[in-house]
This record gives sequence, C-alpha cells and structure tokens, in this order.
Amino acid sequence: MSLPLAATHPRLSVHLFFPIIVIVLTTCSSAFGQSDTQLDTTVVDDTVSIAAAPVTTLLVEDGKYDDGDSLRLFWVPSIDDQLIDSKVTGYRVYRLVNDGAAEPIVDLLPGVGNYTDKNVELDSSYVYYVATLTESGEYPSIHTESISPQREWINFRRGYLFIIMMIISAAIIFYVETAKRGKKLFVRKIAGLEAIDEAVGRATEMGRPVLFIPGISDMDDVQTLAALTILGRVSRTIADYDSKIFMPVSRSLVMTAARETIKTSYQAAGRPDAYNDDMVNYVTDEQFGYVAAVDGLMVREKPATVFLLGAFFAESLILAETGNSIGAIQIAGTARPAQLPFFIAACDFTLIGEELFAASAYLSGEPRMLGSLKGQDVGKAIAMITILLGVVAVTLSEAWGVGIMTDLHAWLVKVFSSS
Amino acid sequence: MRRTTYIVVAGVVLLFGLSWVLHAVSMSGEADGIERAFMITMAAFLTLAIYSFLYKDNPFYKFAEHLYVGVSAAYWMCQAFWSTIVGNLFPRLSEGLSSYFQQPYQASGWNITYWIPVILGIMLLMRLTEKYGWMSRWPLAMIVGTTAGLNFVRYLRSDFVVQVSSTFMPLLGEDPHRWQGFGAFISNLDLSATGQLAAIVSNWVIFIGVICGIIYFYFSKEHSGAFGRASRLGIWILMITFGASFGYTVMGRISLLVGRITFLFKDWLQIIS
Repeated sequence: MSLPLAATHPRLSVHLFFPIIVIVLTTCSSAFGQSDTQLDTTVVDDTVSIAAAPVTTLLVEDGKYDDGDSLRLFWVPSIDDQLIDSKVTGYRVYRLVNDGAAEPIVDLLPGVGNYTDKNVELDSSYVYYVATLTESGEYPSIHTESISPQREWINFRRGYLFIIMMIISAAIIFYVETAKRGKKLFVRKIAGLEAIDEAVGRATEMGRPVLFIPGISDMDDVQTLAALTILGRVSRTIADYDSKIFMPVSRSLVMTAARETIKTSYQAAGRPDAYNDDMVNYVTDEQFGYVAAVDGLMVREKPATVFLLGAFFAESLILAETGNSIGAIQIAGTARPAQLPFFIAACDFTLIGEELFAASAYLSGEPRMLGSLKGQDVGKAIAMITILLGVVAVTLSEAWGVGIMTDLHAWLVKVFSSS
Repeated sequence: MRRTTYIVVAGVVLLFGLSWVLHAVSMSGEADGIERAFMITMAAFLTLAIYSFLYKDNPFYKFAEHLYVGVSAAYWMCQAFWSTIVGNLFPRLSEGLSSYFQQPYQASGWNITYWIPVILGIMLLMRLTEKYGWMSRWPLAMIVGTTAGLNFVRYLRSDFVVQVSSTFMPLLGEDPHRWQGFGAFISNLDLSATGQLAAIVSNWVIFIGVICGIIYFYFSKEHSGAFGRASRLGIWILMITFGASFGYTVMGRISLLVGRITFLFKDWLQIIS
C-alpha cells in the first residue's frame, strides 16, 4: 500500500500544509473578527522573531600607560551568543561624546568581549553601550559610567628598556669622566677619516673647492647631526688650508645649522673674515630638484673633493656617479643600508652605518665624544653576550628541552621585548 | 660655437612647435585639446632635457634644472606657509587672522604650547639681523637636543633591543624540524630549502653574521688576531648583503626608466598603444 506523497517526505509535507494552515487561520480570523497581526504573530513567531539577551558586566577603563588616547571596553557576551545555532550575529559599540547623541563606532563579530577605542581625546567625556545584534534587531546593554581618558607620565611596561638605557648611559658617563681626567681612550682607526686632510689638501693644491652634501633629511635625523659634526672638522681644515667650501642643502634648518657650524670653525681657526654666508645655500626641499641642482653644480664647479655624509635616499647613486665622473675624491657615509652599496661602488671611502656616528668622535678627539663612543661599545658588548646566551638557551631548550634554558630564554625575550 | 647653439635651439623650438601642433590636431575633438597637447609636449621636452645630461651639461639641462628647482622651492615654501602657519597655527592663535585667511577658528583658550613654536620661529628668524643673530642658536639647540633625546629611545628599541631578541635562534633547528639526534638528522636528511639542513644553515649564518658584524663595529679594540678575523668575516658578510641590495635596487630603478620611456613612446610619440 502506497503512502501519500506528503507522508513519505516530511519537508514536503510542511511546504504543502503551511499555506493551507495560513489560509484556514486567515479565514477563521475573518470569521471571528480577530486582527491579522495576532494571527501573523502566532504563525511566524518561532521562525522570524529572534530576541537575544544583551551583553552584561559592561565596563570601561582608561588605557594604561598611554598618552590619553585610548579607552578599553570589556563585557560578558550575550548568553545567546553560542557556537551552534546562535541568535547573535555580532555586537555594535555605541558611543556618546560629551553627553551628545549616541553614534555607532564599530561592529564586532560574535564571541568578542572587548574593544579598545583609540579615537578619543583628552578633554572629552565618553559613555558607551554595546548592542547585541540579531536578525530581528538590536538589544542594547546598560550604559557605562562617563569617563575621560587620562595621560600617564611614565610607561612602566618599558621598565627593562629603561634599565638597559640606564646601563648604557652610565657606561657613557663613566667613560666621559675617565676621558676628562686625562686618560687616553683607544679608538681603532676608521678607514676614510684619515683621508679627510689629504682630500682637503688636494682641493687646495688644485685650486678647486670642496663640496659637502649633508643628505636630504632635516635636523630631526641623527645622521644629519653626525654629518654636521664632521662638517665642523672638515671646515676647520678648509679654513686652515685657506681652501673653499660650498654646501647646497635641501632643508632650511640644516642651512642655518650648517652656517653656524662653519662660522664657528672659521672663528676657531682664527679666520672669521674668510667666512661667508654664501658658502651654504638652500636649493629646494624637492628631492630630485635638489639632485638636479647639485649635479649641475658638480659639473660646472668641478670640486676636487666631495663629501656625501648624512641621510640619503634614491639620489645617492646619481650624486655619487656624477662626483665620480668629474674625478673628485669622494668620502661618503650613511646609516641607510639600502644606499650604502651605491656609495661603496662609486666613492673612494665609505663610512658604513655606525662608522658615520663614530667618525665625529674620532675626528674631534674630544673627551665627551670619545667617552660616548666607548660607552656605546659597552652596549655592543652587552648585545654580543646576550645574543650568545639567548642562542645557547633557545638551542638547548628546543633540542633537548632543558627546563632552566627554557626559563632563561623566556626571561631574555621578556627583557629584550619591543614593548 | 654660438652659431651651432642657435641652430640647435631653433631646431628644438621648431620640433616643440611641430609636436604641439600635431598633438593639438589629433586632440581637436576634445575640449582642452590644445592645452593637453602643450602639456604632453612640455613633459616630453623636459624629460629629454634632463636625459641630455647623460651626454654633457647643456643649456636644455640648465633650463630644466632651474625650472624644476624654482618651481619646487616656491611650491614647498607655499606648502609650508599654508599648511603649517595658516592651516595649523593661525586657527589656534587668533580669530581675526583665521577669518582673514578663511580658516575655521579653533577656540581653545590661551594655550602656551602654541606660543612656544611662535617664539622659537621668531628667534630663528633673528639671524637675519646682525645684532640679534645669536638668538637663532637657541631654537637650533632645542631642535638638536630634542632630536637626540627622542631618537635615543627610538633607536635603542628598534636597532638594539629588538635586534638582539630577533637573533635568539636555535642552531639545531626548530619546529617543524626539531632536533631529534644526529642519527635522525642523517636518516631524514633533506636538502630542499624548507628542510632541516637549510633551517640550521640559515640560523647559523644569521648568528655568525650578527656577531661578526657587531665585532666589525666595535671601536674600542684593535682588529687583530682572532678578533680581526671575525671583523673581516663581518665586513665580508656586509659586502655580500650590499651586493644583493645593489642588484635589487637597480632592478627598481630600471622600472622607473621603463616608465619614462613608456611615456615618451606611448603618450608623446604614440608609437606603441
């Protein structure tokens, strides 16, 4: 005996009977004078209307050790936020700034229980609430207390960084004081720096000027500062030899600082009358406009010596190649690894990275700068010992699971972490 | 010589005019066809003028150079004035100045932090006078000192602390190639780039490279004996790195050249589509 089609296919039976039930109920509604709304609710209540509990325990706190630019929110997700058959589709965080209107600031996925608002200002007050999102609507939580972000003066998360900084600073101070007491501090020879006097002398003999290019960065770059320190020594030699220097720059502040540096050197050499502001001139801030002008100057003035010291970018090879083509002695130096290959290829001497900073101390011979250089060497020694310890610890920990080495590695990573 | 110069200049002017006319004719249907034709011709002329420096210094290069420097210097000055002084400073200092420059006034009461840069800026300009020129040293000293102080912490983090912790590498491999003993290493020897041997060699190269590199930059000891050999190995590693970097960067520059040549052949000469 064959069963009816609807009986053999339960899903089909639902599809067939559902319209019939609706029609029957609608007819009954008309017959007994009931409203459509009540009947609709009765029919679709279980399938469409999905209510969800709001989030609870909503808390807001000021971001720790920040500049007063973050507030952190925490909450317990809705009890209807489940992994399977969840009614919750997400959460929407609302914010009221200075008791103004509520505005949504972010939509989050289900399961999320925290959010950090990084778009806050110091002098404003903020109130938050979190709405639980479902297919049928939003279910807001209670509002938080009003809170204003606070700025902390000390970031205690960087305690280890502070200790490392203090150790290196103490080493620098120790060596500076040692040098001041007259003890001779040894610094190894740096190739290229010995050639400075020779290069300036060559320019003097040939009757040609010296060109000094301090890179294209502003005074907020330590490479520019190092270049200007070397400029002091170079311009002193130039003043002694009665040679000429010209220095096109791409930053107005560098122009001012360079003029001061050269002026001081000329005064120290006892030749203040030989100084002229036109030795340093501003060209343009535009990178390749500056390069075009310096290249033109090189081929027209034909300097015997070119110094390329400071922060260089894509223009490094263009400048170094032009200097090479006019037969100038070139002494270059930068701490930008991407540009060093070009200087090494096209210049006679190149100060690689740290050597640029060491050069100023080496050239000046001043106790303060030599002490600073020796103090930095203490930092390098610490780095080498720490790397050795860390590598041994992680190797023994990974290969043989030595517990104490695992702890040592974890501690070293914590101390030398980026935060 | 002068006659040759005149002939070359006349020839270039003639070519410029011809290019402009031909482009204008080809763009005759467009609203700003004549202007666009001029701009394309000018861009091509300036590109070729700059490239002419490869031959030798010449009046066309000088023209392009001076135009570039003049326009860019003026542009940066205007940019600094309108964005920094008019855009940032005046709206915080004065309602009158803000309305004069048609900027929205940001009333926040009297705040000394806005006046400090004003005073320092004026002090910097004092160097234009003979008598008060010494005042310009103060803001400069502040810039240099602040820069050194801020960068000390920044570089200590990025160039020291992070570099040290990044070098903590297991010399006998790590997951998924954890060291299981020499026998297991030999029996599972894999020469591919993702194998254990490659991982071990890579970690050793980084470890030795970093230590020898630091030794090269150690200035307090004479580079002789074992220390000197380690230093020489360090500079070798640096040079190999620079060689790779050189090739990589040159490839990038070639792509810039291709971009310019594409402009000349496509937009200007319209030889390629």
